[in-house]
Amino acid sequence: MHINFDSETPIYIQIAESIEDGVLSGAFAEETQIPSTTDISLAYRINPATVLKGMNLLTDEGVLYKKRGVGMFVSPGAAKIIEKKRKRGFYERYVASLLEEARKLGIEKEELISMIREEGQDGKRD
Amino acid sequence: MASGIELCDVTMRFGQTTALSGVSLTLESGKIYGLLGRNGAGKSTLLGCINNRLWPQQGSVTIDGCSVRENDRILTRVYAMGEKSYYPEGTTVRQLFSWTKDFYPGFDMEYAHMLAGQFELDVKKKLKSLSTGYLTIAKLICALSTAAPYLLLDEPVLGLDANHRDLFYRTLLKNYADNPRTIVISTHLIEEVAHLLEHVVILKRGRVLLSRPADELRSMAVEVSGKAECVDEWSRGREVLSEETLGGQKTVCVVAENLDLAQGLSASPVDLQKLFIRLTNA
Repeated sequence: MHINFDSETPIYIQIAESIEDGVLSGAFAEETQIPSTTDISLAYRINPATVLKGMNLLTDEGVLYKKRGVGMFVSPGAAKIIEKKRKRGFYERYVASLLEEARKLGIEKEELISMIREEGQDGKRD
Repeated sequence: MASGIELCDVTMRFGQTTALSGVSLTLESGKIYGLLGRNGAGKSTLLGCINNRLWPQQGSVTIDGCSVRENDRILTRVYAMGEKSYYPEGTTVRQLFSWTKDFYPGFDMEYAHMLAGQFELDVKKKLKSLSTGYLTIAKLICALSTAAPYLLLDEPVLGLDANHRDLFYRTLLKNYADNPRTIVISTHLIEEVAHLLEHVVILKRGRVLLSRPADELRSMAVEVSGKAECVDEWSRGREVLSEETLGGQKTVCVVAENLDLAQGLSASPVDLQKLFIRLTNA
C-alpha cells in the first residue's frame, strides 16, 4: 500500500484504491480478511475515521463485506467488480489526461496513435 | 454520557490584552481535533478555560452539559497536558505517575510503565533533571494513561526528536483505537499531525477563524498557476488568499469554487500547513 499525501486525490479514496490494488494483485484474496482500520491507521499515521471512510466506500460497492466481531473481508467476485469500475473510469483518468498533455506538447492525434501502436508491438518507443 | 465540550461567547482578558474574544466552539466527543494558531492566537488560553485553570470574564464553558466552574466531578473527566509544570522540584517520574493516579482513578499504571519503557524514559529520574523532550514524554504518558474522556494536549511534541514524535503519533492512534475519546492537539507542527486530525480549529487573534472537518480543508483551496495575464484574467472576482509571481509565471491560492480552469492553467492542491499560512498571514 502506498499513500501519497501530496496528491489531490483525497486520502480515503487512496486507501480504497490501494485496497483495490491489493485485491487485483492477489495480495488480498477473495474471502480473506484485510488489515483492520487500526492497522492501516497506525501504519500510515492517519485518522481511523479517514480509513473507515475508504473502507465504507468499498463495502457499499460490494468489494468488501463485514463479519461482525471479526473484521472486513474481500467479497467473492470482488476483482470483477473492481475491474468493471476501473474500466469505466479509464477514459477520464488516463485517456483524457493523455490527450490534454498531448495537446500542450502539440502532439497530433495520429502521432499519438502510432506511439501507442508501437508501444504495444515491442514495448519500445524509439 | 460524553456529549462534548461547548464554549459559548468566551472572552478572556489579561489586563489590557484580550486573549480570547467571543469564542463559541463545539468539540464533539470521540474525535481528534487540531487546535491551530500562530503564537499568541489564544490556543493555550482556550485550553485553560476548558479545564477551569482560567476564568473567562464573559461566556460559559460546559463539558457534557455541565459548567466547568467549581465542578470537580467534571474536571476529572478532562486531562490537560500543558507546557507549565506545577509539580514540586524533587518529584520523580514514578511519583508523577502515582499522583496522577490519585486524581484520575482510571489511570493505568501498567500501561504508563510500558510506555516509559518504549520511550526509554527512566521513571526514577527527577522531573527537573529531565531534558525538555523527556519532560514532555513524561507528561504525555500521564495523559495517555488516564481514562479521561477528554484529553487536551498543548504542544505534545515539544522537544521530541523525529523518532519519538513518530512513536508518539502511533501510540496516540493506538490509544485512540483502544479507547476512543476526544483529543485536542495544539501544535505548530501542522504538517506532521495533519492526517491524524478529524477536525481542525484555527484561531486567529483570539477568534475562531474556522472550525471544519479536516478532509474539507484539504479541498478548500487550490493553487492555480500559469502565464501571469491568464491567471489574472481567470482569478478576477475570485477570493484570492495569496499570490506569487516568478518572472512571467504567476501562482494564486484561491478558495476552490467553480474550478473551471482556462486553457494553459494548472491547479495543484493546498495542504493544511500551506492553507494555515495563507489564512493566518498578516
